[in-house]
Amino acid sequence: MFSLIRGSVDIPLKSIINILSGNETEKNSWTNIIWQTRLPQAVTAMLCGAALAVCGLMLQTLFRNPLAGPSILGISDGANLGVALVMMGGAAVMGKLSMLNITGNLLIIGGAFIGASFVLAIIIWFSSKIKNAVMLLIIGMMVGYIASSVISILNYYASPDRVHAFVMWGMGDFSSVTLRQLPLFSALMLPALLFSVLLIKPLNALLLGEQYATNLGIKIKNLRIIILICTGLLTAVATAYCGPISFIGLAVPHVARLMIKTSNFKRLLPVTLLTGANIALLCNQLTILPGGNGILLPLNAITPLFGAPIILYVILSRRQQNYFE
Amino acid sequence: MEQPAIETYNLSIGYSSKQNETLLNSNLELSLYPGEVTALLGINGAGKSTLLRTIAGFLPPLKGEIRIMGRNRISIPVKELSRSIGIVLTDKSTIGTLKVFDLVSLGRHPYTDFFGRLRTKDYQIINEAMQRTGIEHKAESYVGELSDGERQKAMIAKALAQECPIILLDEPTAFLDVTSRIELMLLLRELATSENKSILLSTHDIELALTLSDQLWLLKKHEGIKCGTPEDLVLDNTIASYFAKESICFDVLTGRLNYVPEGRLDVFIESEGAKAFWLANAVKRCGLKPVGSPSDTAIRIKWTAEDTLITLQFPNGKKQTISTVGELTRMIKHF
Repeated sequence: MFSLIRGSVDIPLKSIINILSGNETEKNSWTNIIWQTRLPQAVTAMLCGAALAVCGLMLQTLFRNPLAGPSILGISDGANLGVALVMMGGAAVMGKLSMLNITGNLLIIGGAFIGASFVLAIIIWFSSKIKNAVMLLIIGMMVGYIASSVISILNYYASPDRVHAFVMWGMGDFSSVTLRQLPLFSALMLPALLFSVLLIKPLNALLLGEQYATNLGIKIKNLRIIILICTGLLTAVATAYCGPISFIGLAVPHVARLMIKTSNFKRLLPVTLLTGANIALLCNQLTILPGGNGILLPLNAITPLFGAPIILYVILSRRQQNYFE
Repeated sequence: MEQPAIETYNLSIGYSSKQNETLLNSNLELSLYPGEVTALLGINGAGKSTLLRTIAGFLPPLKGEIRIMGRNRISIPVKELSRSIGIVLTDKSTIGTLKVFDLVSLGRHPYTDFFGRLRTKDYQIINEAMQRTGIEHKAESYVGELSDGERQKAMIAKALAQECPIILLDEPTAFLDVTSRIELMLLLRELATSENKSILLSTHDIELALTLSDQLWLLKKHEGIKCGTPEDLVLDNTIASYFAKESICFDVLTGRLNYVPEGRLDVFIESEGAKAFWLANAVKRCGLKPVGSPSDTAIRIKWTAEDTLITLQFPNGKKQTISTVGELTRMIKHF
């Protein structure tokens, strides 16, 4: 709600209600701003936030590692690389593919999904060899670095305007989904989010570790693949549209856990979804700083500011420490 | 006799990877019976955990067959298996931010619907499981706040909520203090007798296993397994020869593993009962050898029931009296 009211242009609350209920208002441009910018942006922020947060939660459980998350494990970077390849390489080959075009969008999402899945597959492969959680994180980070450096090399060869578009995208932005793109975006996000809710029962069993889960009748291999596809898709879609957004996936599950003080997924998963949506909205609001004269801060300038202290708090707090062992 | 809950035929256990196969034991023919607590003993590396993990289904058998309630394990669907065998593992890494009630309720997993909803009956079973293990007062505590003993009880409650006729425990007494160990064994005995469960636990605690388990499985790497009641295995010297090692021997009378000193000097102890036992203990610890009869070369220590003081008599006839065993050990240590 708040997201609709605040923006670079001040619009009175009364008018907003009028606009949303379909009535005429004093200014046509206001209607445009609400429908074309603020509403899609709010919906995007909520879906992205929820998606990244639930990804973080599932990865933390799967790897039994509280510091796992889409950005830390290099999955976002993988998606990033996929997008870079499409935006700078693929698009150049296929001629003028407009960013607004549905096929263009699908290509970018596809690229992101392949990139994200590729990194996930690497991490899984390593995780079967290396049991140490910290080592696995380091591997994720290294894979992320490699992806980033490949992107830099791609940048070197790409045309300046494409590089500019890519760099802008890389800052993270919830405003890049337009009203026209919103249906496709939601159509990809919502089923995957709903699907994650269906994983509550097996995720709970996984809390005790793989052997206990197996003993409770869970088919671990299948569950692992399902979780990976689900997180891969969610991360890929979020990244393809809004750029690689850091820290939401890592920090929100901890915020949720601190709030409700339980790891039971029956409560933790829904709360994580909602918290993710709300924190993303809040971060989005913070990009509109007072005195910015209509220029927006990149989202990735905000998220670490809230995320990093939370992670530090989690590491230092005692009860959470049990979670680390 | 009842049908065994678990039987193995020609079972080989070990690890296999693409490159090589590590065989730990082969030709194991085992039977685990309902209503009994069976203790699996064996030194480190003998394959205790591997055997438990193979029976539980985490590791495939290298050869042979495992039957659960008369059926080949391979033919039992995962879901049904999860209603037959409940496990409690060694690792301390259960999740700290979970409440005990939630932990125990995970045992209902094989019975609940797709969404994992608990019905009245499930609540009943969970509460009963917590009562049986004496952990119900901690239901709302976090697992991370429990003591080691309480956490084991909570995990056993989980296995009870799972309503399995068979419970496997991997070193359940490992992190516990002495009284918690006995308590835990008594609890397991109680469950075996009153609910006719088949309980198999691995342990390093020989004395506890000898006194409180119905069956012993003695596992030795590459040499198979010896099974029997503790008393039979003690009296036919199986246990003594299993643990036989230079300077360590199994005392058939006390059921303990003892340190046997080479003995710099012979000592004859003239005493009885508890005093005699603990004097011998002190003498052995100091590297002297208690002997059964007095001789010219042996030191004589006299401390009978009516004596308040300990009298030492040396081979040369010199006598000395002291008041505590502490003084005695300080003296004889340097002989």
